[in-house]
Amino acid sequence: MIYFLLFYEFFKVGLFAIGGGLVTVPFLFDLSAEYGWFTAKELADMIAVSESTPGPLGVNMATFAGFKTAGILGGIVATAGLVTPSVIVIIAVAKLMAKYQCNSRVQAVMSGIRPAVMALILFAGLQIARLAIVDMLTAVVFAVMLASIHFWKKSPIFYIMLSAVVGIVLKL
Amino acid sequence: MSSLVDLFLMFFKIGLFTFGGGYAMLPLLKDELVRKRRFLEDEELIDLYSIGQCTPGIIAVNVATFIGYKRFGVAGAIAATVGIIMPPLLIITLLAAVLEKYMHNRYVSYAFAGIRICVAALIADIVYGLWKKSVTNYTGAAIFVAALILLGICNLSAVWIVILAGMVALGLKELKKS
Repeated sequence: MIYFLLFYEFFKVGLFAIGGGLVTVPFLFDLSAEYGWFTAKELADMIAVSESTPGPLGVNMATFAGFKTAGILGGIVATAGLVTPSVIVIIAVAKLMAKYQCNSRVQAVMSGIRPAVMALILFAGLQIARLAIVDMLTAVVFAVMLASIHFWKKSPIFYIMLSAVVGIVLKL
Repeated sequence: MSSLVDLFLMFFKIGLFTFGGGYAMLPLLKDELVRKRRFLEDEELIDLYSIGQCTPGIIAVNVATFIGYKRFGVAGAIAATVGIIMPPLLIITLLAAVLEKYMHNRYVSYAFAGIRICVAALIADIVYGLWKKSVTNYTGAAIFVAALILLGICNLSAVWIVILAGMVALGLKELKKS
């Protein structure tokens, strides 16, 4: 049955793709080769679409493949398959964390990981910046935006909506 | 987050404005959970990302699930997860038929060029804001620099970087004791 198969295959992607985002891409290529639910070109397009719609690439791809294969319900089932391993594993980890949070070894490990996560955040930002800042105009927009975020402190959603308008007005 | 519905709506809103993956969600989470609702501390939010990075699945979903579970147990985990995936699910289903046209629309591409700059600026600001809480001593600074080099130059996977950093910190602690 197609719904079961969609759920099962995307469940496997969710379970084995550790690290998020583009880590799912090779798994999705395998799926396209095995079942032809979507073509390699559609997958490449979807990577571009995911930069122009909200939401993680994995969710977008599961929705798209499921929808194309088995309609709206297919999209829902494939996406549910993708996130089910997360929900199960995270609940287990959260239970363990609650139990061992006060352990001094766990605290030492977490305090060592925090600076590494800061590096991951900065690196993610640099990769987006490399795509975003391409000339003088975009560099100026970046500087103005950073200053207003820092000093004006409105909600991030306000800045995201504002920046979409700025992009259209300046034809970035 | 007084109720499950509230939790769902908060993550729906965050999902709607998360452009560019899990780390792009961080400024939104910090605004909602640390600044507005005071449900988390900065350090806890960073810890959630280390867990989200090293567990199976999409980072944004992992982080949402964890927060939902922490607040309302299993029901909360599910409400938060459904909330965060609902916007992309709806949008891709609606766009599937006109995907090509949408992507090649000039105004869409202008708007997203603007949004990308904004996301880069939001992330730069959040690194500045979280720095003091997460890099507290020279060991931390050394781990930060080492992690950047391993990521940028050696192309090491983020999962390994988190695991390595944890092992180094644990090793140093045991050394100090003995």
